[in-house]
Amino acid sequence: MTAVAEPVAPPVSEPGLITRTGWSVSDTLTITRRNLLVWMRVPAYIVFTVIQPIMFVLMFRYVFGGAIPVPGIKGGYVNYLMPGIIGQTAAFACFGTAIALAQELQKGVIDRLRSMPMSRSAVLAGRLVADTARIAVTVLIIVGVGYAVGFRFENGIVPAIAMVLLAMVFALAFCCIAAYTGLAIGDEESVQAFGLIWLFPLTFVSSAFVPIATMPGWLQAFANNQPVTYVIDTMRALALGGAVQANLLKSLAWLVGIFVVFAPLSVRAYKRAS
Amino acid sequence: MAQVGGDAAIIVEGLTKSFGEVHALRGIDLSVPRGTVLGVLGPNGAGKTTAVRILTTLLRPDGGRAIVEGYDVVRHAGAVRRSIGLSGQSAAIQEELTGRENLEIVGRLYHLSWPAARARATELLGQFDLVDAADRQAKTFSGGMQRRLDLAASLVGQPKVLFLDEPTTGLDPRSRLGMWDIIRSLVADGTTILLTTQYLDEADDLADAIVVIDRGLVIARGTAEELKGQIGGDVLEFAVPDRDRIDDALAAIKPVGEGEPHVDHDTGLVSVGVGGRGSEALIEAVRGLDGAGVATRGLSLRRPSLDDVFLALTGHAAEETGPPEGRRRGRRKGRRAGAEGAGNGRKS
Repeated sequence: MTAVAEPVAPPVSEPGLITRTGWSVSDTLTITRRNLLVWMRVPAYIVFTVIQPIMFVLMFRYVFGGAIPVPGIKGGYVNYLMPGIIGQTAAFACFGTAIALAQELQKGVIDRLRSMPMSRSAVLAGRLVADTARIAVTVLIIVGVGYAVGFRFENGIVPAIAMVLLAMVFALAFCCIAAYTGLAIGDEESVQAFGLIWLFPLTFVSSAFVPIATMPGWLQAFANNQPVTYVIDTMRALALGGAVQANLLKSLAWLVGIFVVFAPLSVRAYKRAS
Repeated sequence: MAQVGGDAAIIVEGLTKSFGEVHALRGIDLSVPRGTVLGVLGPNGAGKTTAVRILTTLLRPDGGRAIVEGYDVVRHAGAVRRSIGLSGQSAAIQEELTGRENLEIVGRLYHLSWPAARARATELLGQFDLVDAADRQAKTFSGGMQRRLDLAASLVGQPKVLFLDEPTTGLDPRSRLGMWDIIRSLVADGTTILLTTQYLDEADDLADAIVVIDRGLVIARGTAEELKGQIGGDVLEFAVPDRDRIDDALAAIKPVGEGEPHVDHDTGLVSVGVGGRGSEALIEAVRGLDGAGVATRGLSLRRPSLDDVFLALTGHAAEETGPPEGRRRGRRKGRRAGAEGAGNGRKS
């Protein structure tokens, strides 16, 4: 190998900003469409996603519920429980995000996409848009199940819609964390195990299922100051009535913080994925 | 070797890449003239996949440079991506979608209009003999069909340069030959191909030029014939059931062999290159062994394999691999194990 002439590079004509933005949108929609098609082909995904929260509803409503006093909650434990279950369902929805990305990484699909002249953020954006649709379906099913076992929104329709929207924003924030872990760990089983490690303490050591005042003091310190509690307290206040503002602001601060940290981390993990 | 940058579709100079302590590439030079096939031959962990991942913009090199179709893979990654296609070691397809949907989606991601993406998908399904299966979910496809669909997906953007990373690993012999036919027809259409493989016969059959990579370095390059010349033509092989007689056997065949015989003391298998003398060497060996009174099993003459190339060039067998392949923290274990499992022991 000698004297390779300085290669005569054809002029690089990178497309303009408008073209590239258009491509980003169209790439994101294409990936979204693909992900939704996959879910429609495998209804088991959705079924398994809703079976677990339904079992929790039944267990806490009829098995444990009688032993959990919730003084001052209108409508009793079932009304206390349902915003918690919906919050937990929203949090657990991110398993699907992490597992799907880890599978794509393992199968080489992400290599294929990264070797193509498509938008660098479309795979993640398309994943999150499709996840939003999946989460909406799941949350609405669980609200329906709640109604079947006696749960009622006590605070009017607009706050009820606000509660569902907050649950979805919360779910998307956790999907951002999950997208990062899925791409950074890159192995389906490990991703699943890791998901349990961070999601279980966050959702159970919160106000989701039992009033925090019943926990030992040291645990209260954690439960009172973590995002899942803020989000679920806000959702509960929206559903049943009560002071919303303080918890809503803390929730939004946490959720924005999660997006700001984990969205760029996920994109970086995607660009470096191997 | 081509010396003119303008005629080369791929130019690689002094490429290095390390993963922590592991030096996957230690300074590789390559040049692939337009419209030709370069076969990159080497065992698992030689650095083949790392090289392909750098050339397809998936990985940044530590040093050296790589030019594809005139574009630097680091500085003009976008332009490189518009010129290339990649088909990796496993089928990178969405199994829940049909063959047609897989190709249409790739077409859309190459920014074809819907009608154009549909037309391109139909065209490729025909070309790759997937018409009958086009509207079935890809998970119902056989391994060979999935790999054909994967290869079809890599061609949606009509790449000038195609990277095939072990395109036939894990395929049964019939699918493998089918894949070879497809690759030949792509070459006939003028596509430049860089193909990695662990199989000497594959490189022999498809490649215009071959480079042999071991432990991150190019250890030999040339045509298949030139490489076989270096190995010393045919290989005489036999087993000595009585391990104590191996030394006698070696003495008996000493006049026949060219170069040092290789002995596997676990299996009692002896192999030695006999150059172009073929059957003549076989007869001499039988006489010699018979004269020495050494009982042997499975005495035969065969074409050189990748193992023989490695023995001749490096002194170690192909499976005694060096650094692991270019992947961070071994995160692809699952995928690799899967490929091996499906390989039915075809890996050398």
